[in-house]
Amino acid sequence: MLITCPYCGPRDVIEFTYQGDGNRERPQPASQNLDAWNAYVYNRLNPAGDHNEIWQHSGGCRAHLRVVRNTLTHEVSSVAFARGDHKSAARHKAEGKP
Amino acid sequence: MSPRRTDAGGRIDRLRTIRFTFDGAPYIGHAGDTLASALLANGVTLFGRSFKYHRPRGVLTSGVEEPNALVTVLRGEVREPNIAATMVEIYDGLTAVSQNRFPSLSWDLSAANQLGGKLLSAGFYYKTFMGPAIGPLKGTRFWMFCEHFIRRAAGLGRAGIAADTARYERMNAFCDVLVVGSGPAGLMAARAAADQGARVILSELEPHFGGSANWSGETIDGMPAADWAARAAGQLEGYDNVRLLPRTTVWGYYDGNTLAALERVTDHKERPGKGEPRHRYWTIRAKSVVLATGSFERPLVFPGNDRPGVMLAHAAERYANEYGVLPGNRIALFTNNDSAYRCALALKKAGAAIVAIVDVRPELSSEIRELADEVEAKNLSAHAVVATEGGKALAGIKVQRFDMVNGALAGDRRSIQADCLLMSGGWSPTIHLASQDGAKAEWNAARQAFLPPNATQRWIGAGAFTGSFSTAEAIAEGRAAGLSAAGGTGTPAALPVVEAAPGDPDPAPVFEIKADGKSFVDFQHDVTAEDVRLAHREGFISVEHLKRYTTLGMATDQGKSSNIPGHAIMAEALGKPIPEVGTTRFRPPFSAVSIGSLAAERFGDLRPERLTPMHDWHVANGATMYSAGLWYRPMIYGHAGETIEQAYVREAKATRESAGIVDVSTLGKIAVQGPDAAEFLDRVYTNMFSTLAVGKARYGLMLREDGLAFDDGTTWRLGEQDFLMTTTTANAGKVMQHLEYFLDVIWPELKVHVTSVTDQWAGAAIGGPKARAILAACVTGTAVDNAALPFMGIVHGKISGVSVMICRLSFSGEMAFEVYSGAGYGTHVWEALIEAGKPFGLVTYGLEALGTMRIEKGHVTGAEIDGRTTARDLHLDWMLSKKKPFIGSAMMDREGLIAPGRLELVGLISLYNQPLNGGAHIVEALDEANPHDSIGHITACCYSPALGKYIALALVKDGKARRGTRAHISDPLRNRFGPVEIVSNHFFDPDGSRMHG
Ligand SMILES: [Zn+2]
Repeated sequence: MLITCPYCGPRDVIEFTYQGDGNRERPQPASQNLDAWNAYVYNRLNPAGDHNEIWQHSGGCRAHLRVVRNTLTHEVSSVAFARGDHKSAARHKAEGKP
Repeated sequence: MSPRRTDAGGRIDRLRTIRFTFDGAPYIGHAGDTLASALLANGVTLFGRSFKYHRPRGVLTSGVEEPNALVTVLRGEVREPNIAATMVEIYDGLTAVSQNRFPSLSWDLSAANQLGGKLLSAGFYYKTFMGPAIGPLKGTRFWMFCEHFIRRAAGLGRAGIAADTARYERMNAFCDVLVVGSGPAGLMAARAAADQGARVILSELEPHFGGSANWSGETIDGMPAADWAARAAGQLEGYDNVRLLPRTTVWGYYDGNTLAALERVTDHKERPGKGEPRHRYWTIRAKSVVLATGSFERPLVFPGNDRPGVMLAHAAERYANEYGVLPGNRIALFTNNDSAYRCALALKKAGAAIVAIVDVRPELSSEIRELADEVEAKNLSAHAVVATEGGKALAGIKVQRFDMVNGALAGDRRSIQADCLLMSGGWSPTIHLASQDGAKAEWNAARQAFLPPNATQRWIGAGAFTGSFSTAEAIAEGRAAGLSAAGGTGTPAALPVVEAAPGDPDPAPVFEIKADGKSFVDFQHDVTAEDVRLAHREGFISVEHLKRYTTLGMATDQGKSSNIPGHAIMAEALGKPIPEVGTTRFRPPFSAVSIGSLAAERFGDLRPERLTPMHDWHVANGATMYSAGLWYRPMIYGHAGETIEQAYVREAKATRESAGIVDVSTLGKIAVQGPDAAEFLDRVYTNMFSTLAVGKARYGLMLREDGLAFDDGTTWRLGEQDFLMTTTTANAGKVMQHLEYFLDVIWPELKVHVTSVTDQWAGAAIGGPKARAILAACVTGTAVDNAALPFMGIVHGKISGVSVMICRLSFSGEMAFEVYSGAGYGTHVWEALIEAGKPFGLVTYGLEALGTMRIEKGHVTGAEIDGRTTARDLHLDWMLSKKKPFIGSAMMDREGLIAPGRLELVGLISLYNQPLNGGAHIVEALDEANPHDSIGHITACCYSPALGKYIALALVKDGKARRGTRAHISDPLRNRFGPVEIVSNHFFDPDGSRMHG
């Protein structure tokens, strides 16, 4: 399996560390909603097909990547920096998150 | 000349004689021979004994699919079992032995197994040995009684116990086009792709390129096909962009068009050349793949089809045409298709008599009738072979009229004398790699075969692999596939012209002749047609169940010759067409792969060693080094005659009495920098860091998202936006990844950069009542008194001309300082400290004394922060800020994490003056014979010089409430039992007066 790191180019999967389901939404830091925390910490999607995942290029540039991987074929259909275009940064600010 | 060797012909070198032994007997072969061809040439018919019944077996095939003729090859003490004799190239001194026979191949005691055939029928493992309901052998005892004998009788080769002395290698390769298989299709594909400028790898599992061209007897472009193939391979050798890999089996097709291959580099040599490995494991990433893997001929299923002398038709053709060997002198043929007639002609030309051609089909085309006339054989159409005769070699066959519409036999049985019977049951394309890739094969009723599925990755099929069995088709498809794989379109030259024997590629749909006697489907696992029907009667009708119940197709040949006949028999039993019974998906490896090649260079101690800057000094000064993760750290600096305990007690005592110094360079160190660094630390630590003044350090605790304790350490504020975080040695990598994850994924808006600087700093911790005096004696550029350097303060100065950073913090509980310098100056600063400490009685101490002093102080480490404990369990709840959320704050107060009955950190004092042991359990009352419930376990232990007692830290159920009570150690494994007192984990100087000084 190859992942094409936006910095480093196509690299073998042994250079990467799987960092979990990329669909998880972390509740607001101060949230006391235990169900939401529970879902975030413990629940993972397990789709047969395309899956949003976080991978770290731990043996390379160390960047975390959002990877869409097909769990049946290991085909990687998209790779992007997890930091993205700072949309999530804007979202955090808009929602008044610390 | 050997009895079965032809005078001329074949691709062996009759002038080069090679001597080898089989079962101790000496034989002679020629360069170009396999072990199978050389033994056949010597008149050997018996190659092995079958798996369950110990029936005599000969050689069935001429290639990688061989199920019968498995041998063990010996090289010195090293034995390699279960190698197909058809794949062993002989060399001078080759020593091979047969398998699964006792005491000898020709006289085998266990052959009596076949008399008890019922006992060993399908599923025998599961049912025969339930045993009688009563008596000494009731139930499974009977099985245990029998197992000993059956395990000995059933089996394959014996693995060796001598260490493998061979070297194995790994190789990564990249190409535009990988061509698997080098028959006419593969050669054409490789050439076409190479002419387009593509980087091409051509792999061939046999020693010679050319595949069927080497033995087909056909003519291509006016020359013998074998010569055409040799010329084509020779031309490819001249291309810079082509890599040829002979003796290389592509055995796995993985995602990303990644393929695994095994190259047998020196198995065919008496000894490896300089630097040559035995095998080479290739990982090949190919932009496109051309699968030109050909097809396997299928046996027919009829009674006695396993007798030595019964062989696949095209195997015999190959022995004659490629090796100049006649597998028999009076040869009969049994077929359901046209392709076998070509073989009869080849053997006739090589000098054998063809005594009969038995064909299940009532009508033959005029072309095929002419071929039959040409070989002057008795032509028995609408007939079938119903029995074979002979012992360790075939003596004759019995034939009967056969109606292929209903499978009925009629009329008298006729005997025909023959010493060899060739059979052909049609062809199965070698679709293994395509099947591994995931798609389902499609049944083709005309070809009576599963054809390759549609490609799910970038591969293109060509030749017999696709069900196009003629050489002309292979050549055309091969060139088209090569062009397409290389992205080319043009078709420049005319295709090579093939002259071949005529024939219809479609066989008659006949797989089995039902007559009395054992008819083998899976030769290697001794599965008969009756076993398949028994499985059906007992309800094991899915292909997957059939496989497991009968073990059909589960031997080392993975059913290459048996799968389709097995499915056909099951389909008939079910009354369903074959495609509805289905086929199993092939899995890697295609054929056996040496364990050595999988490990290759990656065996032995593979861990990199991490050495601190002062490592050489420690070793030179008597340290016993200890491996802690990847690091090597001094355990003790022992004196002559000291035990470990004596050494660390001396070191710890001296530290508390005067001063001690320890190398702490292994601590994880992370630079946390940026405008939001303080905010970030507030989020990742349970306590506040934004309030920390520049020039001060603070002890911090991190939790995981689930609220359990994660890691602890001090973080130093070097500047407004500049922190130096320290972590435990063991968790340095994990903490770094944790921080990076949150900065990248969760809080990308934070302007913080984290950098691992563990290797950039050398660290020495110096502690004890004289520590400050020692620093005062050697540090310049700063004062180190209490005003300049208060507890948790940081100063910058120089030691022996080198810039150092000193923080006053304590792990030992003494007045202590950590002195950091650039890693390159670590030894220089260390030596200066040692020198300055001499008048003060400074000692070096190792991990044991470090651990002892931390246990005395009750500090936690990874043994207590074990992934199951909370901050409260460790009495660190004072560090949980209520003013802010932090990682883990939401989850840390869940019911189960604050409920009574949790394991809490306590101290233990041995009341029986014996050492306590890590991992030992703690019970409320002692009863050695009948252990009580554990209430906890010891995490760390030592002899405490400060207390003069054996002490330990432990995690004990409701530990805090048990302080002042007694319990017992129960350690049956080490046979240690005894009373302990449960106390606070702060054994020594609980109010910290020594370190605050
Ligand atoms: Zn990268």
